Amino acid sequence: MLLQRKPELTYADVTPKEIYLNRRKFLKAMGIAGAAAFAGKELLDLSAPSQIAYAGVNFPNLVKSPFSTTEPQTSFEAVTHYNNFYEFGVDKDQPAKNAQKFRTSPWTVSVEGEVKTKRKFTMDEILKLAPLEERIYRHRCVEGWSIVVPWIGFSFNTIAKLVQPTEKAKFVAFESYWDLGQMPLARPELAGIEFPYVEGLRLDEAMNPLTLLCVGMYGEALPNQDGAPVRIVIPWKYGFKSIKSIVKIRFVKGEPPTTWNLANSHEYGFYSNVNPNVDHPRWSQATERRLGDIFRHKTLMFNGYQDQVASMYAGMDLRKYY
Amino acid sequence: MPSILANKWTKRAVFPICFVPFGILVWKAFTGNLGPNPVETLQHTTGDWTLRFLVLTLCITPLRKLLKLPDLIRFRRMLGLFAFFYACMHFLVYLGPDQNFSLAAMGKDVYKRPFITVGFTAFVLLIPLALTSTAGWIRRLGGRRWQMLHRLIYISAICGVVHYYWLVKSAVLRPLTYGAIVAILLLWRLGDWMIRRGRAIPAVAKTQRASVDG
Repeated sequence: MLLQRKPELTYADVTPKEIYLNRRKFLKAMGIAGAAAFAGKELLDLSAPSQIAYAGVNFPNLVKSPFSTTEPQTSFEAVTHYNNFYEFGVDKDQPAKNAQKFRTSPWTVSVEGEVKTKRKFTMDEILKLAPLEERIYRHRCVEGWSIVVPWIGFSFNTIAKLVQPTEKAKFVAFESYWDLGQMPLARPELAGIEFPYVEGLRLDEAMNPLTLLCVGMYGEALPNQDGAPVRIVIPWKYGFKSIKSIVKIRFVKGEPPTTWNLANSHEYGFYSNVNPNVDHPRWSQATERRLGDIFRHKTLMFNGYQDQVASMYAGMDLRKYY
Repeated sequence: MPSILANKWTKRAVFPICFVPFGILVWKAFTGNLGPNPVETLQHTTGDWTLRFLVLTLCITPLRKLLKLPDLIRFRRMLGLFAFFYACMHFLVYLGPDQNFSLAAMGKDVYKRPFITVGFTAFVLLIPLALTSTAGWIRRLGGRRWQMLHRLIYISAICGVVHYYWLVKSAVLRPLTYGAIVAILLLWRLGDWMIRRGRAIPAVAKTQRASVDG
């Protein structure tokens, strides 16, 4: 019997909704004014779709995860219009506007440092490393608000196992994309933090299956303002640890510097585990407001992920290592 | 210009204009347009307008003197009361959704958190000013004492700016802008006071000399 192989479509082959619409606009414009009138920059922009963001690509056949919560999900509208992404402005509504033209294709993530095989991954490669799962996580911001998001991705340890960290690797350092051309607001004097944004985890934290290498949410590719095309999601830590738009991952010997800790070490520690018993110096962490709610509810230890993560911190003074 | 300021209709027009930010909030609340975190939007907007009206109130005296428009005084009480009005709204949004209307919980919060303490102070200091804003109270207290009491607005404005500064995570540009404006308005008063004192002393000296001469 002849087995017919399906033609392999890559991520880049899928036409995002926006580009599809842009092409229509383009064809319409051609009809009206003729190609000659549209020579120059505009024509180039419209004929080079790979340069434009691909938010809107659908991910079908997602694997369900036992880590998912059954709590009601926050609306897609809220999760895409209430963002802390200082590269695109410090106000919550700014990233949705300012990140629209952010170019996330082509994209590569460089994995380096204390590993047996250093490697650069394209987005296509990343998407084929493991079956994509949907994980509905609670996400708690250090500012006292929270959301429930159906993320898409797979455990970060998939990548780690591929590159094989050496004995010397004790921590993992992450770095976000930074380009003043595309992110004119990403300046320390405007945002109050240094760029590029950097974050880090202890190796065991990074290897914990809950730590997600995330490429999408709500069934589709990550919208730009939510950290496209690839980010980390660590559900038991405050949101700022879940670094967006990653370009570099380094396995390192010592504790790496982290952006908010550099900005204010007194308020933001390296660990930053969600902890209702350890207050931020300026406000309480005992409660949180789910987006859309009027009143606040109690915050859970490790954001409710004690069973999966508490053992990693056994014997540690969580007041000291906040 | 002075005649426009003195016209009673100008004041009657400014009054509803000051309610516009409140009206917009109410409209947005009823049409569900307060954004993903409505409570926060209410808190931030009412806080912003409190600071703006405090600044406007503090602008009156310097502008009166610099532009020689004494009639501006007709608007000072109204602007001050609007600052108090927005401060009340700001306080209620905090007391309700944040503290579940529990005065005990609020007390603990005020005691424990410097940024709440200073914000609460800014609010409380405005209460006696609003209560004694009537002509009757000016008479009862006497102009000088009334004026002394109403200088509490300086402390309230400073506390308000500090409250904002301590609230933000890292983007301090906006609170610092308010801080700079309040600083200019208060320093102008200090300068004005020093000049007046400087003038007053030679005047006294002159009368003394005159009496000696005489």
